[in-house]
Amino acid sequence: MKSTIRNILITMTAAMAATSAFAQDAAAVATSQNGMIAMAAGLAIGLAAIGGAIGQAMTAASALDGIARNPAAQSKVFTPMIIGLALIESLVIYAFVIAFFLQGKF
Amino acid sequence: MASSLTSLIPGVGDTYAHVATAGIVSAGLIAATFIARAQLGTGETAVVPAGKLSFRGFFEFITEFIQGLSDMVIGEHGRAFVPMFAATFTFVLINNLVGMIPGMVPATENLNTTLAMGFFMFFAYNIFGVKENGVAYFKHFLGPIWWLIPLMLVIELISHFVRPISLGLRLANVLQGDHTVVGIFLNLFPIGLPIPFYMLGLFVACVQAFVFTLLSMVYVALATAHDH
Repeated sequence: MKSTIRNILITMTAAMAATSAFAQDAAAVATSQNGMIAMAAGLAIGLAAIGGAIGQAMTAASALDGIARNPAAQSKVFTPMIIGLALIESLVIYAFVIAFFLQGKF
Repeated sequence: MASSLTSLIPGVGDTYAHVATAGIVSAGLIAATFIARAQLGTGETAVVPAGKLSFRGFFEFITEFIQGLSDMVIGEHGRAFVPMFAATFTFVLINNLVGMIPGMVPATENLNTTLAMGFFMFFAYNIFGVKENGVAYFKHFLGPIWWLIPLMLVIELISHFVRPISLGLRLANVLQGDHTVVGIFLNLFPIGLPIPFYMLGLFVACVQAFVFTLLSMVYVALATAHDH
């Protein structure tokens, strides 16, 4: 699992290094810069979504565990779970804002 | 090309569309509250809850819901803040739901509105904290041990100043993202396909209003907590 993620990251880094190596004349440089910005925006929101999804999945899983063990606690578990989800989600939204700013740089 | 229906009003334009939308929604809400107050009556009838769905029943439901939530999050001394939270919840909820009308862009989708509301909550909880705990309120910025003060002060100040910004960013960007998704699927195939995403939009509108109120409640609870 971990080595898979590492391999994907290494491949992506290598791909990005290759694109900058091939950029030669001015027009090509501008195009590849735009490409890099697009890639950065996509990567920012994509990686943030991976992290946020894992975090929210863990939150939901443990909340459901708690409710399955003690169904009477549902109303008490619900509010702290929503707070946790909101705080995890805010980091993904920061990444969304960064991706949005990056898109505006074209 | 106008971005929303309210920007078609003469003299409004795209720049002030969110102000016009918020004004229209607020006027509607004020009218609804007057109707609800008239339906509530006085004396004996005001104590018995509404039997069927009406303006009064709607506001009773929201107030009861927020009061239960604030009892759970803040505790018994949170009853004084229930009107503020119920008003915030109603305003954000109705504004979010206005975005479900095709052609309308809700005021809460604009960062100007949501950041203003975030900063209102920021000032509100600081003022409540000072009122409740006096000068001792500022002591919780300093951490538990005196030699940690230089570190804790910076961390606490950053974590406090990021709160209104994250409140505002969350509300505006979640709604914006949701509407982008609906827009993309409307462009893809306009009949039938966007319905699930409208459902998702309804869900998101309710949950985001709930989250905004809940997080402000948590901030007020943290600021007004007594050290026992």
